[in-house]
Amino acid sequence: MIVYLNGKAYKAKPDETVLQLALRNGIYIPHLCYHEKTGKAAKCRACVVEVEGMPGLKTSCNLPVSDGMYVTINSEKVLQAQRVVVDLALSSGQHDCLSCEQNGDCELQDAAYYLGIERPSFQLYDDKYEMDDSSEFIRVDRSKCINCGRCVEGCNYTVVNEVLNFGNRGFETKIVFDGDLPMGTSACVQCGECVQLCPVGCLIDKRAIGSGRVWELEKVETVCPYCGVGCRFEVHIDRKREKIVRVTGVEDSPTNNGMLCVKGRYGFDFVNSEERLTSPLIKENGKFKEASWDEAISLVASKLSSLKKEFGSDSIAGLASAKVTNEENFVFQKLIRKEVGTNNIDHCARL
Amino acid sequence: MKFYRSHVLVAIDDNSLKAGVKEIETQLRIELEKNNLTDEIKVLETGGLSYFGTGVSITILPDQITYLNLKKEDLSEIVREHLLKGRVVSHLILNTTLTNKYNFNYKNRVVLENSGIINPENIEEYLGTGGYEAWEKVLTKMKPTEVVNEVKASGLRGRGGAGFPAGIKWSFTAPLRAKQKYIVVNADEGEPGTFKDRLIMEGDPHKLLEGIMIAAYAVGASKSYIYIRGEYKLCIHRLELAIKQANEYGILGKNIFGSGFDLEIEIKIGAGAYICGEETALIESMEGNRGTPRSKPPFPGVEGAWSKPTVVNNVETIANVPSIIKNGADWYNTIGAKCCRGTKVYTMMGDVKLPGLCEAEMGTSLRTIINEYGGGMREEKSFKAALVGGAAGVFLPNDMLDVKMDFSSLQEYGAVLGSGAILVMNEDADLVEMLWSIIRFFRHESCGKCNPCSNGNTVLFKLIDGIRKGKGKEADLDEMVRISEVMNKTSFCALGQSPYMPIKSAIDNFRIDFLARMK
Repeated sequence: MIVYLNGKAYKAKPDETVLQLALRNGIYIPHLCYHEKTGKAAKCRACVVEVEGMPGLKTSCNLPVSDGMYVTINSEKVLQAQRVVVDLALSSGQHDCLSCEQNGDCELQDAAYYLGIERPSFQLYDDKYEMDDSSEFIRVDRSKCINCGRCVEGCNYTVVNEVLNFGNRGFETKIVFDGDLPMGTSACVQCGECVQLCPVGCLIDKRAIGSGRVWELEKVETVCPYCGVGCRFEVHIDRKREKIVRVTGVEDSPTNNGMLCVKGRYGFDFVNSEERLTSPLIKENGKFKEASWDEAISLVASKLSSLKKEFGSDSIAGLASAKVTNEENFVFQKLIRKEVGTNNIDHCARL
Repeated sequence: MKFYRSHVLVAIDDNSLKAGVKEIETQLRIELEKNNLTDEIKVLETGGLSYFGTGVSITILPDQITYLNLKKEDLSEIVREHLLKGRVVSHLILNTTLTNKYNFNYKNRVVLENSGIINPENIEEYLGTGGYEAWEKVLTKMKPTEVVNEVKASGLRGRGGAGFPAGIKWSFTAPLRAKQKYIVVNADEGEPGTFKDRLIMEGDPHKLLEGIMIAAYAVGASKSYIYIRGEYKLCIHRLELAIKQANEYGILGKNIFGSGFDLEIEIKIGAGAYICGEETALIESMEGNRGTPRSKPPFPGVEGAWSKPTVVNNVETIANVPSIIKNGADWYNTIGAKCCRGTKVYTMMGDVKLPGLCEAEMGTSLRTIINEYGGGMREEKSFKAALVGGAAGVFLPNDMLDVKMDFSSLQEYGAVLGSGAILVMNEDADLVEMLWSIIRFFRHESCGKCNPCSNGNTVLFKLIDGIRKGKGKEADLDEMVRISEVMNKTSFCALGQSPYMPIKSAIDNFRIDFLARMK
């Protein structure tokens, strides 16, 4: 299927939308509410385009491609409409990029940059919301909310925690937790999916505040150390201080689809903890002494062999950890069953 | 059967109830008794007479005299003079020629033919006017496709505002195979200045029910909902009563007339949001969700309430159906304009002599409606503008008075028929105040789903509020047009698309009103 974007032909997949086709080919169309995970919402109306043979403007996020479709994204008519729409979103809140944590990773900022909007034309915001700092890990600053609905969609249909929703109407519309409770007293489990989905600086990782700009951080992809699910995530590291600033789920990971739990996303203090074990310890005369892995492993091996010899295989039991991968657990039970020769093998079965 | 010399029809609707109609009716009976007339004169309760703001009104038949704005003390005079001596009490009549033309010109009426004549709380009176004959005809002699084709051939267009042909809408849903289909009647009537559906339901609830039944049979729906706004207490009461009576008579329910067709009608009460008049938001609200519009397609006709095929029609549209079936599409095609057949019920408010409801053929000029049905301008002041189509309508200036009121003719002028609300303004009217209240309304009623509507209306309100307070400048007018034009092009549903029409027409035609506030 061939679809023309700005006069150039592109091969389109039959079930995609114009916005998906454009993004896949590196063509930017401003969009604030569309996210590949939460799908089309057609709420922000920033992604409007012109289509030959269709009256008016169409939102590209919910516009299915069809063969021979001729889409114009860069006409003055389109850009003018987009400018007003994005300008309205900017005017609706307190979008001060200078101190915003999302600066550099903000989709509203990207749209304004693309359209050349320097500052909002109107001042609609009038200090109507207080900052919600009640929860452990997430700051909610509704003055930066653009009501895109991604967090609501994600909370209800992606992670299915069903805490977030919209309250009020019209300009007073705001996101609410459990019928308008502070986030900290709501049933929210702080999984942080909403933070990850938020295109602007409304839902922010509290502990990352002031810990470095997006472009100063190095992203390292790894697997979560907490349980056997093996969620993939990215650790955002401040190399100057050798510290983890935040953790975000990898959206295209088949294991977790960008989702994380509270431990995976926010439980990273142990990495830089002074109490963290970094090498094996061997107890000698009631005191721990640092040892090498070789020393430690051969000590365990010799002790296990002697115990097996003296008291039999069933005198030994193995308890595995849920924090290691399934593969590692598999190897561990092989060790206990085959080498030690006992079925006394269990698993802590929790995080 | 006992015959009476005269009938006195007491109009009972929301207005007259507020004006104390019950008390006046008791007084009327007392006066009749006093004069020994109870054997000669019968008092009957009917639906509203379509006048608005005229308090308690009674009509005396066969004389066809309507007395308006009655007080308790007027009754002894009416009974003594009119009913006893046969002399019309002329000082209590607003205007004989006008009221007669307005109220008794029944040949023009399709939807309101029984309103104000029969007792809406008695199914037998509806049956007596030939009611439910169309339903019987449909069930016993017609196939569903024939019903759809008949409505298609009649050229009936939706009366909710968009004017989509009703028969075509039905033909999308009728052939679909689904376990459940629904007919939903949109009785949310939230357009400011519109109360036509209220009087249709108050005056003749069985007509609506009959229409629903025919529509349900045509598309194969076994369940119907009437989504009605909560403020319409009397409508809800009368509809509930009508549904109960129809069930008792076997006109509704299981295996109707032995045909094997089942239908249940349920009333859903809305909570008063303007947006819930939009069909997909209405469905969301009916399902118990936040009233916000859905993305179309899929259209409700394919995937509506609880994801089942759902036909959503306006009350007035459905109320046209029984007459079409009874008299045939050919008959319906003799009424109205070429683009849109039939009549239209207008609610006329403002500076006319007789504000209220009127039913006129499609294509009647605005001038005729104002002068003949509305009785002309009040206090002999000159006409300045008419807001046609409700808040989401267009301000028509003097030179457009001869525009034909139908979907196509209005469209040529960039205007809309909308809900059929006509707000007439005289020379004293201030368009700044008008536009201010319209934009305030839109700002208040925006559901908040999409960005251009919720934020755009807030911007528009800021601008018009500034102008109203004398702080505006001329550039604000162009800014309002610019913003509302983008809202018109980009908003999710008709609510955000609407402010452009009143803003553009007010500023284009009455710029001088706005400039006067900027000195």
